[in-house]
Amino acid sequence: MTEVITASTIIKRFGHKQVLRKLDFSVQQGEFVAFLGPNGAGKTTFLRILSSLSKPNYGIVKIAGFVLPTQAASVRQKLGVVSHQPLLYGDLSAEENLNFYAKLYGVIDRSERISQILKMVGLEKRRRDLVRTFSRGMQQRLAIGRSIIHDPEVLLLDEPHTGLDQDASNMLDEILTRVATQGRTVVMTSHDLPRVANLASRFDVLARGKIMGSIQASDLPKHGLLSFYESVINQNEVKNEI
Amino acid sequence: MKSKTSFFKALSAVVWKDLVAELRGKEMLSAMMVFALLVIFIFNFALELDPKTRNALTAGIIWVTLTFSGTLGLNRSMAVEKDRGCLDGLLLAPVDRTAIYFGKSIANWVFMLITAAILLPVYSILYNTNLFSWGLVLVILLGSEGYVAVGTLLSSMSIQARTRDILLPILLFPVIIPVLIAAVKATGGFLAGETFSSLTTWIYLLIGYDVIFTSVAFMVFDAVVEE
Repeated sequence: MTEVITASTIIKRFGHKQVLRKLDFSVQQGEFVAFLGPNGAGKTTFLRILSSLSKPNYGIVKIAGFVLPTQAASVRQKLGVVSHQPLLYGDLSAEENLNFYAKLYGVIDRSERISQILKMVGLEKRRRDLVRTFSRGMQQRLAIGRSIIHDPEVLLLDEPHTGLDQDASNMLDEILTRVATQGRTVVMTSHDLPRVANLASRFDVLARGKIMGSIQASDLPKHGLLSFYESVINQNEVKNEI
Repeated sequence: MKSKTSFFKALSAVVWKDLVAELRGKEMLSAMMVFALLVIFIFNFALELDPKTRNALTAGIIWVTLTFSGTLGLNRSMAVEKDRGCLDGLLLAPVDRTAIYFGKSIANWVFMLITAAILLPVYSILYNTNLFSWGLVLVILLGSEGYVAVGTLLSSMSIQARTRDILLPILLFPVIIPVLIAAVKATGGFLAGETFSSLTTWIYLLIGYDVIFTSVAFMVFDAVVEE
């Protein structure tokens, strides 16, 4: 299988604080990687580096064959990003928001693609409603639609379940599963272990600025993801530090 | 199906988005208008001047009002992007980032011109002064262009700070002094009935400022928005 994402010896500092310490990470095509870790472990920082929004102090990032930051525009064309903020304009309708991003990404059959996306995220009937009238769950579903409007190879999700209730989270999971099964490579950060346990094919635990543990979903121990996560965290005595 | 997004397509998309969102929400325009009208009302009552002195002050009052109300607009324009994380959405797009800068600048320029188009007739009525002159139209176009060129760049810088509302005027006002002086002098000249040829120094200064600062913004915007 081809490696779609490769990050080697990534170092990121904010002032004197070193957030990422020679982090190495790679993802194969079609993998769904859940990036776990306690608060402050550097998950969001690392995802911002992968998405070209932030530059590492040291290290090389390669996505879909392009190197960051020199080929950032080519990388951005291959990426879809969902953060805990929806990145949508409240005073534009769902359709207008998608149309705006479709223009920026150079999508050719815009109206057809927008209809397809709205149907996929279950917002066809609300296509002309302003986004500010949407619930948090609806906004997050539309945010997923926005992120895949240009049919990206790689999808980066930064805690997409933040602020969602049980029903909205379940609906989001259904969409994410559908999106992932379309052959995309997905990297998602999360704190919600039971939820990601059913979604991802690989689990990486980030702590102290490094990946401290990694496991395939098929190799999970008897007591599941939680026991694996706790064993990694306890083994590295991360709890007391954070 | 995808094609490479051209600079002008990206620029027009940003302008379209800003105009549609603002015409619907009217948050920025209403704040700018109300502020501008309040300022000229206050000047009208605070300065009880004879007609001759009043005419001499008109250019200054107009530009002070436009500058202050413009600052409100510039802050709001970038706050909309920052507060909902949309700035990241724009920066993630595979387009030349200067297209984003020019898109935002053009939209801000349009909002400033709309404010001026409402402010000037109201001022004419309140102060009983005829302000219509093609020369003044030219000065407003050039002066506000220079103002938004620098203002949009600095607001994208100040928006990263917690004290952004205070920071923008502190950064912006010293830099726009040349454009303000030239605009006030040229406006005063046109309103006093001077000919275009006698005011070319100020007009050239405005054009020079616009060209230089738009070019500077074009060169540094990418670095300014980079984390």
